[in-house]
Amino acid sequence: MRIQQHPILNFEPAEEIPFYFEGKKLTGKLGDTIASALHANNIRMLRHEHRPRGLFCAIGNCASCLMEVDGRPNVRVCVEKLRPGMVVKIQKGNGTLGKEEK
Amino acid sequence: MLFSDLVVIGGGPAGMSAALAAAGHGIKVTLLERMESLGGQLVKQTHRFFGSESEYAGTRGIRIADILREKVESNRLIDCRRGSTALGIYEDGVVTFEEGTQYKKVNMDRLVVATGASEKMLVFEGNDLPGVYGAGAVQTLMNLYGVLPGRKVLMVGAGNIGLIVTYQLLQAGVRVAAIVDAADHIGGYLVHASKVRRCGVPVLLGTTIRAALGTTEVEGAVIQKLDSHFHPIPGTEQRLDVDTVCLSVGLSPLTELLRLAGCKMRYIPALGGFVPVHNSYMQTSRSDIFVAGDASCVEEASSAMMEGAIAGLSAAISLHVPSAGILEQRERRIRELAALRAGDVGAKIRNGLAVMAD
Ligand SMILES: Cc1cc2nc3c(=O)[nH]c(=O)nc-3n(C[C@H](O)[C@H](O)[C@H](O)COP(=O)(O)OP(=O)(O)OC[C@H]3O[C@@H](n4cnc5c(N)ncnc54)[C@H](O)[C@@H]3O)c2cc1C
Repeated sequence: MRIQQHPILNFEPAEEIPFYFEGKKLTGKLGDTIASALHANNIRMLRHEHRPRGLFCAIGNCASCLMEVDGRPNVRVCVEKLRPGMVVKIQKGNGTLGKEEK
Repeated sequence: MLFSDLVVIGGGPAGMSAALAAAGHGIKVTLLERMESLGGQLVKQTHRFFGSESEYAGTRGIRIADILREKVESNRLIDCRRGSTALGIYEDGVVTFEEGTQYKKVNMDRLVVATGASEKMLVFEGNDLPGVYGAGAVQTLMNLYGVLPGRKVLMVGAGNIGLIVTYQLLQAGVRVAAIVDAADHIGGYLVHASKVRRCGVPVLLGTTIRAALGTTEVEGAVIQKLDSHFHPIPGTEQRLDVDTVCLSVGLSPLTELLRLAGCKMRYIPALGGFVPVHNSYMQTSRSDIFVAGDASCVEEASSAMMEGAIAGLSAAISLHVPSAGILEQRERRIRELAALRAGDVGAKIRNGLAVMAD
């Protein structure tokens, strides 16, 4: 969900950015992080390691929001900017290296 | 390898003030900030600041960040490196950092560490569920990205941050079911508490969160009353219909780098936990390393800016720059900081610093 109206802040309409989450095509906005784009689409479960995990600190301090992005595991999606066409997946466990898309 | 008289780690109010103070006396500064923009915590503070007149009290935090950022970015002596995360500090004065996908090094004579603080966790069932956030995260989502964390929130902690973020949630159109706090009094300023109460948000004192409910994300929460020894009172559990739990239960200084550098640390709860031992010049037990802001002791942005200036000036002084009035300037900042902490609100910090000094 995005803020519709705010008494102090002004959120200008921004360019839409398409990306994929678990094979589904979603859109975020220019300036979004991966995490804010997912939240705007009401997606809060980002990782699964025995138990579901989501965003906690949003500034890259904790390791709660690690996801697999374009085949790369352990990406802190709270500080990683969204780019067009990104393929974002729920990370299961610790993730494995070597699957990066070149 | 880069070379710099002074490296500052962290581009929040403390780090920016340190860089400006040193550059003001001709020192060449390299400022490392891991985010893509400078400002630290200030970039999401939409409220008017409390604190010292000379440090912009009454101005919104986001505006203070803009003012400092413009000064730093237009200063030719400051090499401002955004998207650069400091990784290590070595005995020979080398600081390593990650910039994009590159690993880089900078050789420094003096270092100011102003890395800020991280939010504290609280132990309760389901505290790892998606939908449980630190208050700073909720602020970041809303005020930086314009995205809502959920529809209905339970706020845990009635300090200034809990009260302010509650008000910001209401401004963004989110409902807040209640604010709970284990203490028997409101920790934050009463102006902030009255504001949220006027909006109909109950502040439940002597009450804590027992559980966040849900399978894949938060679908509810259980709160419970506490007795005067902070033991839960059986039979007082209450279920709240919320989809978000927001924790504002304090901050702890981000000090891993200082620890790594061998700076002496001490556990002082009044200052936020493990803090680097430092003197009134903001110098740590390693004479070439200075600290400032929440990394030195969790306080507020006004003090962070003053400490930053003191740390930057001290670094310049220890580099023996012949610069007129620099000692007087530092004395003035030290006096201002003491004045800021003189009142009731500053008592906790004063006591903590007294513990550190002996
Ligand atoms: C909700 C809320 C409300 C507040 N309201 C007020 C108020 O009304 N008045 C007031 O005075 N204060 C207020 N504060 C407190 C104030 O924001 C902080 O005390 C202040 O921002 C601390 O400044 P700092 O520079 O020490 O740290 P920060 O602002 O946290 O900045 C630290 C910076 O260091 C960077 N960093 C960390 N590690 C590294 C690394 N390894 N490499 C590179 N960079 C790194 C971070 O990205 C960050 O930008 C509030 C805080 C919150 C959360």
